[in-house]
Amino acid sequence: MKSCVIVFPASNCDRDAAVALEAIGASPSMVWHGDTDLPSTDLIVLPGGFSYGDYLRAGAMAARAPIMRDVLKRARSGTPVLGICNGFQILTEAGLLPGALMRNDGLKFICKSVTLEVTNSATLFTRNYEEGQTIRLPVAHHDGNYYADEHTLDFLEGEGRVVFRYVRNPNGSARDIAGIVNKTGKILGMMPHPERSIDPVLNGLDGKALFQSILETLI
Amino acid sequence: MTAFAKGITAAIVAEHGLTQDEYDQILKRMGRPPNFTELGIFSVMWSEHCSYKSSRRWLKDLPTTGPQVICGPGENAGIVDIGDGQAAVFKMESHNHPSFIEPYQGAATGVGGIMRDVFTMGARPVANMNALRFGDPAHEKTRHLVSGVVAGIGGYGNCMGVPTVGGETNFHSSYNGNILVNAMTVGIVDRGKIFYSAAKGVGNPVVYVGSKTGRDGIHGATMASAEFDNDSDEKRPTVQVGDPFTEKLLLEACLELMASDAIIAIQDMGAAGLTSSAVEMADKGEVGITLDLDEVPCRETGMQPYEMMLSESQERMLMVLKPGKEDAARAIFDKWGLDFAVIGITTDTGRLTLTFQGAVVADIPIEGLTQDAPVYDRPWTPTPKPAPLKISDCPPPEDMGAALLSLMGSPDLTSRRWIWEQYDQSVMGDTVEGPGGDAALIRIHGSAKALAITTDVTPRYCKADPFEGGKQAVAETWRNLTAVGAIPLAMTDCLNFGNPERPEIMGQFVECLKGMGESGRALGFPIVSGNVSLYNETNGEAILPTPAIGGVGVIEDLGHRAHIGLERAGDVLLLIGETIGHLGQSLYARTFHNIEAGAPPPVNLSAERRHGDFVRAAITQGLTTCVHDISDGGLYVTVAEMALAGAIGADIKAPEDHMHGFLFGVDQARYIVAVRPDQEGKILTQAGDAGIPALKLGHVGGQALSVNGKQAVALGALREVHENWFPATMSIRT
Repeated sequence: MKSCVIVFPASNCDRDAAVALEAIGASPSMVWHGDTDLPSTDLIVLPGGFSYGDYLRAGAMAARAPIMRDVLKRARSGTPVLGICNGFQILTEAGLLPGALMRNDGLKFICKSVTLEVTNSATLFTRNYEEGQTIRLPVAHHDGNYYADEHTLDFLEGEGRVVFRYVRNPNGSARDIAGIVNKTGKILGMMPHPERSIDPVLNGLDGKALFQSILETLI
Repeated sequence: MTAFAKGITAAIVAEHGLTQDEYDQILKRMGRPPNFTELGIFSVMWSEHCSYKSSRRWLKDLPTTGPQVICGPGENAGIVDIGDGQAAVFKMESHNHPSFIEPYQGAATGVGGIMRDVFTMGARPVANMNALRFGDPAHEKTRHLVSGVVAGIGGYGNCMGVPTVGGETNFHSSYNGNILVNAMTVGIVDRGKIFYSAAKGVGNPVVYVGSKTGRDGIHGATMASAEFDNDSDEKRPTVQVGDPFTEKLLLEACLELMASDAIIAIQDMGAAGLTSSAVEMADKGEVGITLDLDEVPCRETGMQPYEMMLSESQERMLMVLKPGKEDAARAIFDKWGLDFAVIGITTDTGRLTLTFQGAVVADIPIEGLTQDAPVYDRPWTPTPKPAPLKISDCPPPEDMGAALLSLMGSPDLTSRRWIWEQYDQSVMGDTVEGPGGDAALIRIHGSAKALAITTDVTPRYCKADPFEGGKQAVAETWRNLTAVGAIPLAMTDCLNFGNPERPEIMGQFVECLKGMGESGRALGFPIVSGNVSLYNETNGEAILPTPAIGGVGVIEDLGHRAHIGLERAGDVLLLIGETIGHLGQSLYARTFHNIEAGAPPPVNLSAERRHGDFVRAAITQGLTTCVHDISDGGLYVTVAEMALAGAIGADIKAPEDHMHGFLFGVDQARYIVAVRPDQEGKILTQAGDAGIPALKLGHVGGQALSVNGKQAVALGALREVHENWFPATMSIRT
């Protein structure tokens, strides 16, 4: 499987994402935000971090970086995209996923391990989980409070596009949403960090299963 | 009659924090009156913050060497060998004065500054820690300061993508007017890729990179060298504003350039900005330096030489490159969107020469700013040894369980979860143990090794007996590293004290350092970097003497480490070390009897070393994976912390005679170790053979804590008081 990780200025989970991909044998190419063409790839990862310092709005400027034109093109033609944390924010700002990530309702940055319910195990990202399974992943964000209008939320739920829900909502997200996919199920945005849960010495292996799902689907 | 340059008066000299004697020295060194720019440069370089003029005489007596030390004090950070061709680079630094005036930016730029100190030496920062002291929780400013400082630390470190993995937070009324914000960064570097600040060689380009220079932070170093009064809020403009986004880019750009061989010397522009970086690099390289200030990237127009030289704008670095490497270096900084300007050249004049708009605007011998800076052997008086606390002044509580609940819910012992959840602890994917244990553990990327990191000091002990308090701070840091199974390597210190011009304060400083030195020598635990913060006083009220110690150790194999959480019902608790029941300066005495009196617990350094080496060996041999050192609060608090971390209870045996001394006393050099029942005999025999005091303390199991099977406290109730204090206190609306 060929993969790539986009590096924006002040991305800071780019290495972690690369390590997770290496752990499943899919060593990624690191692609600079100022480039205009992606290499040939089966998976695009938008990593966590503080692209452009979160200035203006988290993800707003990164969504307009030169490389994003090709990311949008590939995404629309079916290349899977995984956006983690800041990557999720970028995906909403780029219009690839609906809704927005607002400031946490407690107004503070929050970093802790949370329990998630897998609410759709039929996506290419989640096939290694059972439907209804609970998993533990770390969150680390200031703006993870998912918002969309009621109609959109109903629509997302109706189509099974809510993939992960918080069991105890840490940030005020609408309907406890932690991760959603686009209509085709090939673009996933999630606030929790699966790439920080790929090692039993650290935060367990719950995140590794997500990367393995991708690998097994795409191989 | 004192001579002044045009426009300078005695009052202006005084406003620069220079005494008459110091000004006379400057006249003598210059051979003429300094102009305004030169006066500003002298004032920052001779400030306490930059010159260490009150402390230097005592700092040189500290132990700073050892086979593991690659670089001791005097550089941007200290460096120790961690094996396999790698080294740990670390330092702790204060940002007290700015954080009191503007807590968010003060704390944020403190974190930014210490990270620059580490990556300027070529290391990638892998962990941040912080040691915080606030005033009485009930004081009107405390919650505002806690909230701002914590958000500032998180705001900067989180954006940088460096995990903040622990530290300590205390409350005491002596910090009401002077909080302490001490930030520590640890980085890892390949031994062959370490960069230093000596600008060796003449004719080499001096390069400015990073953010532009603005008018913020002018005279920050001078502010940090004076006491506060009621008008300290007016000093807000001297506080710098941080931009972690730019620093992240600066980090990556510097490390990218450092992969080549372009750099001769590099230093961050911290306190006293362009002045101190240029002067210190030239001084260490034994060269002169000429800067063309027209080339300095400025944020606003019309900036004068004085402002450029004294600005403390953040996220800037000064480098000396090999000639001809400028274009390759510029390309890297262009890629990262950062300013890059050749602003000067190294010379053979031994002078700092500044030109601006075609004229020489300052011309000072470098040595005049550095080696000729005043050094004071300030008068000091020893702190009278306190009488031991009379046991009759500190009677037992009615119920040991109720006493434990009160202690576990007291400000100094409650859970700091409210704080650390605002810090990204797990970015970089190597945080094996985050906050809450004896020491944080950061895996060395791509290996099975780890660095153990901790910070410690008990300021009450230092106030009561500075010598014993200084000893204890170092010993406890060493003990914390030992308790996770690490070999302690070295420490950094952040020496926070009041006004050194008062002999009793100077006495606290001198004796704390003597104690620290004695511990460091006895434990083979040198000090490789540090920082001194004096004048922590408001309206003549000094803080408790607070020599914060940051310690770093190494674990060779993560398979052999210990954590504090109890693991299994049926395990046996062992107590290593001697328990007398010392209650002087204990949190028990303070919490229950409102007594902050008596002598602090003495530290027997030979016992400390033997007990620690024994516990570490037990961890390394795989006899135990659950250890906690006994510190503030005493034995019962230690067991409670282990129970909460593991979500399993315990019953312990305590003598009926002087039971509260046994449970809440703060005797040193002690650990609680949990082992499987089949290991109990082995470890007790080993202890007996080695002459280490060890006894069976109790059993693990159940969902409560009890003493001799009585006075049980449910873990649920314990957890509630332990976890609730911080969020409840911080959410009070007034």
